[in-house]
Amino acid sequence: MQYLLLIYENEAAAPAHGTPEEASMYEQYGAFTRDIVARGKFKAGDALQPIATATTVRVQGGKTLTTDGPFAETREQLGGYYLIDATDLDDAIAIAARIPAAANGCIEIRPVVVFG
Amino acid sequence: MVRCDLETVFRREAGHVLATLVRLTGDFDLAEDALQDAIAAALIQWPADPPPQPRAWLIRVGRNKAIDRLRRRALHATRAPALEFETRLAAVGEPPPGDPFIEDDILRLIFICCHPALNSDARVALTLRSSGGLSTTAVARAFLVGEETMAQRLVRAKRKIRDAGIPFATPVAADLDARVEAVLATVYLIFTEGYAATSGADLLRADLCGEAIRLARLLNTLLPGRGAIQGLLALMLLHDARRPARVGADAEIVLLEDQDRARWDTASIAEGLTLVEAALRHPGLPSPYAVQAAIAALHAQAREPAQTDWPQIVGLYEVLLRLSPTPVIELNHAVAVAMVDGPAKGLDLLDALTARNSLPAYALLPSARGELLRRLGRVDEARAACRQAISLARVDPERRLYQKRLADLS
Repeated sequence: MQYLLLIYENEAAAPAHGTPEEASMYEQYGAFTRDIVARGKFKAGDALQPIATATTVRVQGGKTLTTDGPFAETREQLGGYYLIDATDLDDAIAIAARIPAAANGCIEIRPVVVFG
Repeated sequence: MVRCDLETVFRREAGHVLATLVRLTGDFDLAEDALQDAIAAALIQWPADPPPQPRAWLIRVGRNKAIDRLRRRALHATRAPALEFETRLAAVGEPPPGDPFIEDDILRLIFICCHPALNSDARVALTLRSSGGLSTTAVARAFLVGEETMAQRLVRAKRKIRDAGIPFATPVAADLDARVEAVLATVYLIFTEGYAATSGADLLRADLCGEAIRLARLLNTLLPGRGAIQGLLALMLLHDARRPARVGADAEIVLLEDQDRARWDTASIAEGLTLVEAALRHPGLPSPYAVQAAIAALHAQAREPAQTDWPQIVGLYEVLLRLSPTPVIELNHAVAVAMVDGPAKGLDLLDALTARNSLPAYALLPSARGELLRRLGRVDEARAACRQAISLARVDPERRLYQKRLADLS
């Protein structure tokens, strides 16, 4: 089964650019990603630019409405994702728990719909 | 076999049969339908020709019924290709003779029903319906919700199991402790739901206690030597032992200190005591269930209230506060302290708890405060606390108990 692992964390608490903390974080993500690639679980994954860069679009009565930022203020923001191939939910949980952000943010696990 | 024997057999075997059918078909709903088909067939055949091994019979017939249902679905399938059904049919494997997986199927079923990805209402409902073989109607009545609501809850839970890919498997060793905890929490919820019910009209709910004990016994057999399971089973047995003495002739609640201890179930107490000892012998931190069971054991061993070993109970509550600090444990600790060091000391602790407002709608807090205030001769305050307890009481017998206390204070 495919699962999308959505990474939520507090952007304000993220390590600043160019610091050793940031380097260590990239190292942890690198190790995690290499491991799931090697085990054939990795399908895709990306980090997202901060929420300040976000734009929300909706179409109402044929008019495109564009607003700045996400819809709601939340303590934790979507910061990235992995798309994985896991045997079942327990496997997906075990993989999600190893994403570095799981230790200070949270990972939402969503099974991907298969249209058939 | 006569009808009531049949029902006993079905209740005993339904969980096991369903568990194996879920494994063979990989489909919860199909397995449930197939089990119902098999039971319907048994109702016709068994009175004249009872099988030597009812479980094996039900699994074999259930499997065939599942295949029939898949074939029928394939025939009427408009959207899904028949190929899918063919694949699934092939997957409904022939259970090998003496299938080594059958023994543990019920355990896998319990783990799937109590998976932490399901909410606790769903876990309780699924566990009772699937592992316990209770009808949806019975589960709905036990939890005081409409049948439609309960049916919906079960449908949603099974849909999540299917769509989220919750596996029909025993958890890996690294997860086992945490997963067993989730199962035990569910079993204990079932028990407390049944135990809270006291009136005669709630017989079905009292049955929940028996069901919770049955599940814990089963777990203790399948996963032997685990302190948390032994502790929970002991705790439930020791509480359940008091059930015959908890309700008066007029369906009123009889408090622990007023109970006729001769009516306590000695067999349950003996079994509970043995289990507590085993549970506490394990190295490392004891399970909170085992400590609670040890407290219940001290009550069970006192032939009359005055013989209760309150100092040791206070000590055990202090252990419990360190293991799992909850406001309810704090409340019980305060009551025990009042028995050892006097009502004023207990009241101090209760007032601290009240000030923090951590148990805002819990009748037992003002009830305990009222009792200590009464013992201190502060009658007006005791009455006010009693009135507060009456307003917070959840069930009628509890309300009547506080009303009687209020009347006694005048």
